[in-house]
Amino acid sequence: MAISNHKLPPEQYDINFADIHPPYESKTAAQVDANHCLFCYDAPCTKSCPTHIDVPKFIKQIATDNIKGSAHTIFSSNIMGAGCSKVCPVEKLCEGACVYNLLDEPPIPIARLQRFATEKAMEQKWPLFTRKPSTGKKVAIVGAGPAGLSCAHILAREGVEVNIFEKEGKGGGLMTYGIAAYKVTPAFCQEEVDYILSIGGITIQYNRELGKDITVSELQTQYDAVYLAMGVGVARQLDIPGEELEGVEDAIRFIYDIRTKGYPAVPVGDKVTVIGMGMTAIDAATQARRLGAKEVTLVYRRTEAEKPCTDVELNIAKLDGCEIIWLAAPKEVIGENGKVTALRCSKMKLGEPDASGRRSPVDTGETFVLETDMVIKAAGQVPFESLIAAEKLANQKGRITTDEHGATNITGVFAGGDAVNGGKEVVDAVQAGKMGAQAILRFLRH
Amino acid sequence: MADITSNFLGIKSPNPYWLASAPPTDKKYNVLRAFEAGWGGVVWKTLGSQVKNVSSRYSAVDFNGGRVMGLNNIELISDRPLDINLKEIAECIKLFPDRAMVVSLMADNDRKSWHELIKKVEDTGAHGLELNFGCPHGMTERGMGAAVGQDPEIACMVVEWVMEAATIPVITKLTPNVHSVVPTGRSVVKAGSNGLSLINTIQSVTGIDLDTLVPNPYVAGKSVFGGYCGPAVKPIALKMLTTIAQDDLTRTVPISGIGGISTWKDAVEFMLLGASNVQVCTAAMKHGFRIIEDLCEGLNNWMDEKGYATLNDFIGKSVNTITHWEDLDINYHHVAKINQDKCIHCGLCYIACEDTSHQSIHLEYGKPYNTYTIKEEECVGCNLCKLVCPVDNCITMEEHRVSSEYVNWIEWQKRGLPLNDH
Repeated sequence: MAISNHKLPPEQYDINFADIHPPYESKTAAQVDANHCLFCYDAPCTKSCPTHIDVPKFIKQIATDNIKGSAHTIFSSNIMGAGCSKVCPVEKLCEGACVYNLLDEPPIPIARLQRFATEKAMEQKWPLFTRKPSTGKKVAIVGAGPAGLSCAHILAREGVEVNIFEKEGKGGGLMTYGIAAYKVTPAFCQEEVDYILSIGGITIQYNRELGKDITVSELQTQYDAVYLAMGVGVARQLDIPGEELEGVEDAIRFIYDIRTKGYPAVPVGDKVTVIGMGMTAIDAATQARRLGAKEVTLVYRRTEAEKPCTDVELNIAKLDGCEIIWLAAPKEVIGENGKVTALRCSKMKLGEPDASGRRSPVDTGETFVLETDMVIKAAGQVPFESLIAAEKLANQKGRITTDEHGATNITGVFAGGDAVNGGKEVVDAVQAGKMGAQAILRFLRH
Repeated sequence: MADITSNFLGIKSPNPYWLASAPPTDKKYNVLRAFEAGWGGVVWKTLGSQVKNVSSRYSAVDFNGGRVMGLNNIELISDRPLDINLKEIAECIKLFPDRAMVVSLMADNDRKSWHELIKKVEDTGAHGLELNFGCPHGMTERGMGAAVGQDPEIACMVVEWVMEAATIPVITKLTPNVHSVVPTGRSVVKAGSNGLSLINTIQSVTGIDLDTLVPNPYVAGKSVFGGYCGPAVKPIALKMLTTIAQDDLTRTVPISGIGGISTWKDAVEFMLLGASNVQVCTAAMKHGFRIIEDLCEGLNNWMDEKGYATLNDFIGKSVNTITHWEDLDINYHHVAKINQDKCIHCGLCYIACEDTSHQSIHLEYGKPYNTYTIKEEECVGCNLCKLVCPVDNCITMEEHRVSSEYVNWIEWQKRGLPLNDH
């Protein structure tokens, strides 16, 4: 048992990380599905999309051969419509609401159709939006992730000059750094960012971090408004003995490495244990398997009924051969010579419902030991609490407090996305960026 | 098992399905394949003048992803040597003596040409003749095809020539490219035609290539009106068939129904409106001859279910249900009802009624599913909601008569009952 990289023959990596939802091979194929759409009125799919994409309209436009119009319909509501078509948990959003479900029929493959139209637009570099004449206003945005880019694009369309400060070397945020590579490739993320920026009027200053290279008050003096969209960062600590041992890894860091270093370079254990059952836990577990881990076990303190990931996600993990242990909470990481060798878990049972409405796990007092050489922590992320406090932003445990329009306690400073909601889907961040942009535009007019 | 054998003017076939005179019936190879597949008979592609065809020949109308809702063609009558056609017709009859062999004819416009052609065709042993008075393209310019069928006097004259020579049953095929098929129908029946068939194809432009801006089908940068057929023309064909089945004179001869028949249901509908048998072309051109299996099985099962032992038990049964508007019962009223257990909340009924009809559906907002209910007092019973609903029997029309008495428009006026009251 050992953590090592290059576990697989080189050619195997591309197979393991190939697109999990392949695109349509042809326009005809897309139109077969598009024509199946009923074109619902006040459509449940649209209502279930956080960005309210007019789904029946864009699908109809594929059917009528107006692909450009279709892409415009999608991007008008969601400028990251291409990426969202690959990473959205559509089974609990648009596709989950498709009326065909009520006939016990498979829903319209909305995500795949959305991918068809948006990828065509990106491939052809269709200029679907134009900028209004300059208003002379300048806005600073912190974070080039989904919320920041979404906000930036709307501001740019309205003639506002936008400067984004990004602490990483690339844009896209968690889309670029935090999602399984078999859903979106780093190359795609780069293309998506480039396509968004092609409207003009938006510049990104990379490797510039809030609190280190810039401060909110500096930005305030140089810009007419500021939008904070730096997301959340640090993985939640387990606060158990042995967490400092070599081989205990943060899921965010693990996924980040996969996306930045190239698959073969990323070290992975032979027997990997992933703690958590959210989307990030699944992404870490499946990718550990795809990097060559012989055994991967997901450990979750509640039962399947309470799991935060969707059934579709869980099935990906199961199909990848990941084991799952329900009602198990990590208690102690055990090591030898400073390296992880096992994880002791408490056996849990379900108690009374907690604040989330889900039944809370209660320790039974019994424990068991799981042999493992790598523990990946994916029990949620925590906000940049000290940074937020240092910037004197009103917050709740590091989550920036805003009014319903995204305004913070500091006049002219707005915020949105994971930094405010604590960590939701990409599509939620895009919507937050839209709302933030509208609030900023209202603010700039006054 | 019901008996689906057919007898049309003494021409017998094991089922009422003939392949219409068209490309699928222009040579022995195809016809034998059709007979092997089980077709009851064929009308051999029109024989007559010497012609030359062009390339391309067909174009289609697609609808919502479905191909060939309608098809049009600019092909002429048979472009093969007459002798070969005649030889092959005889061979087909010999190989499949139980199938109907009718030959379509379009001779040059003189008595002698018709007489000569009829003699040659009868020598093959064919069971009947069908006069092509309907072809809407290419032949009309030469005074043939639809040019004959559009003029009752010319049609009458040609049929008289034909009847002088013919010793086997003669069916006259009518063109729909007229304001009414009845005048020509009456004229040819008077002249002695033993039966009628309809409809031939409808002049059409199926569409335009938006890159070249040339309509379809494309022939070296140009196009011409083509003859339209396929499922799209069925309702028009049924209407024309009904007028022939209701006319005092034309209804005295057997009618062969043609026009967009693709399924056994279509065939039953043609027969209910007076067709003794049916002819099929486009559906076979789209799917091949194998469709004959379900055409027969579906018909058979339906007849068994309804208790019809033979085709004659139901042929013409719906003819009298199509009446004049002024005979309709004004006191009949029905309103839509939405079955909430079946509703999938697509909202199609609501938006159709709200935007284009009588604002008779109530929307109660829900996320993500709205609830839709009928405002009975507003509903005029137009059927639109039921027609657009994607779920079978989700919306039904419930009878709510205004009164039990039958009152038609004439009586309504006589009594001075209220008008424009909705």
